[in-house]
Amino acid sequence: MKVAVVDSGGANIASVCFALQRLGVAAELTGDAAVIRTADRVLLPGVGAAAPAMARLRELNLVQTLREVSAPLLGICLGMQLLFDSSDEGDTPCLGLLPGQVGLLPDAPGVRIPHMGWNTLEPLRAVSLLDGVDHGAQAYFVHSYAAPVTDDCIAACTHSQRFAAMVQRGHVAGAQFHPERSASTGARVLRNFLEKGLA
Amino acid sequence: MLSRRLIPCLDVRDGMVVKGVRFRDHVVVGAIEELALRYRDEGADELVFYDITASPEQRTVDRRWVERVARLIDIPFCVAGGIRSVADARAVLHAGADKISVNTPALERPALIDELAAAFGVQCVVVGIDSLRDGDGEWRVRQYTGDPSRTRALPVRTLDWLVEAQRRGAGEIVLNCMGTDGVRGGYDLAQLQAARALCRVPLVASGGAGTMDHFADVFAQADVDAALAASVFHSGEIAIPALKHYLAGRGITVRPVEIADAP
Repeated sequence: MKVAVVDSGGANIASVCFALQRLGVAAELTGDAAVIRTADRVLLPGVGAAAPAMARLRELNLVQTLREVSAPLLGICLGMQLLFDSSDEGDTPCLGLLPGQVGLLPDAPGVRIPHMGWNTLEPLRAVSLLDGVDHGAQAYFVHSYAAPVTDDCIAACTHSQRFAAMVQRGHVAGAQFHPERSASTGARVLRNFLEKGLA
Repeated sequence: MLSRRLIPCLDVRDGMVVKGVRFRDHVVVGAIEELALRYRDEGADELVFYDITASPEQRTVDRRWVERVARLIDIPFCVAGGIRSVADARAVLHAGADKISVNTPALERPALIDELAAAFGVQCVVVGIDSLRDGDGEWRVRQYTGDPSRTRALPVRTLDWLVEAQRRGAGEIVLNCMGTDGVRGGYDLAQLQAARALCRVPLVASGGAGTMDHFADVFAQADVDAALAASVFHSGEIAIPALKHYLAGRGITVRPVEIADAP
């Protein structure tokens, strides 16, 4: 199986590649459209801000490639946010693979932003990506912006408001948390993605 | 609901994990990778590695062990030690660290915090503050704490620096209360409460853990997001699974320890 990790310039790229290695997969870190187009699985990691991340994808000429990819595609953290129409962060148009707009998590008494740490997943749909991930499993989040709970949301999480912890629409999916840093729960999600695609 | 985090702190010197008392007299505790794995298996929520001699020796952290740790563990970890530029931080983050923590270099040049936040986002940028109460009752920051012969008192008030660090783009604050560090008499609740009142980003308590009660107290009374400790974990005196069980019983939200690790 050919697994491509998009070299989106984010700081978590090495961690994502190492996590795949721990699962026995030698992924190719790439900014090459041809490699991404022919991969069996594509991961889009991302840490940082939406505008520079989209600028980087445009610079690499990957925006159209990612829109047209037909293999299962998994966005991670900022990579998941880039799947949506747009982000309020820097008022940035994104890939538009999922309808909706990413927004800043609101302030609330006793709630700290960024949302940083382990929080509970609330699975909403029985999809293969969530096989073995039980209600109440915890995952590691680090973010200030989040996607709304829409029809594409397959698992929710709550921090000042309910937001999409995981999304899936057809062959496109995303995790707001860091599966590469979410112990067994994260490894399970990555393994499901590698082995089962997005059924 | 967001869990309160337990963070073992691993002070690194010459490639080994060491522990001192009140930032002095360090002894070797063990190898970096061995301890990282052990804490991961015991249910630590995050790890912090401080290269304690990097800043006093005017060098940056050694990225080779950062990469080895990143390959090995599947929980987040933060690295501190002589990171004084965006390029230093990039090397550590690209080696696989999730966050970088700056302390002395940010005091020398506060704009470093702005630059790091702009380059990587605030979520990667932790500001560590070493703080001690002076004779006049004010908490003030200390610099070069990795080397007692070079440690310096600054005129900066701890709470003023916390507010400035946050304004410049710190995504998390670690407050090392040096007066209580290493002596296991409990966290400095008064200082942490004062910090909490001003800190809108996650706040990590550091210095003073001796008993399970101390952890419960710092979460319940100072409302910190995470508690960092070293000697009580290194010595095995407090085991993380037992601590989490205890905290859950006191009504504090924690991440359950995983029974079966391999997925």
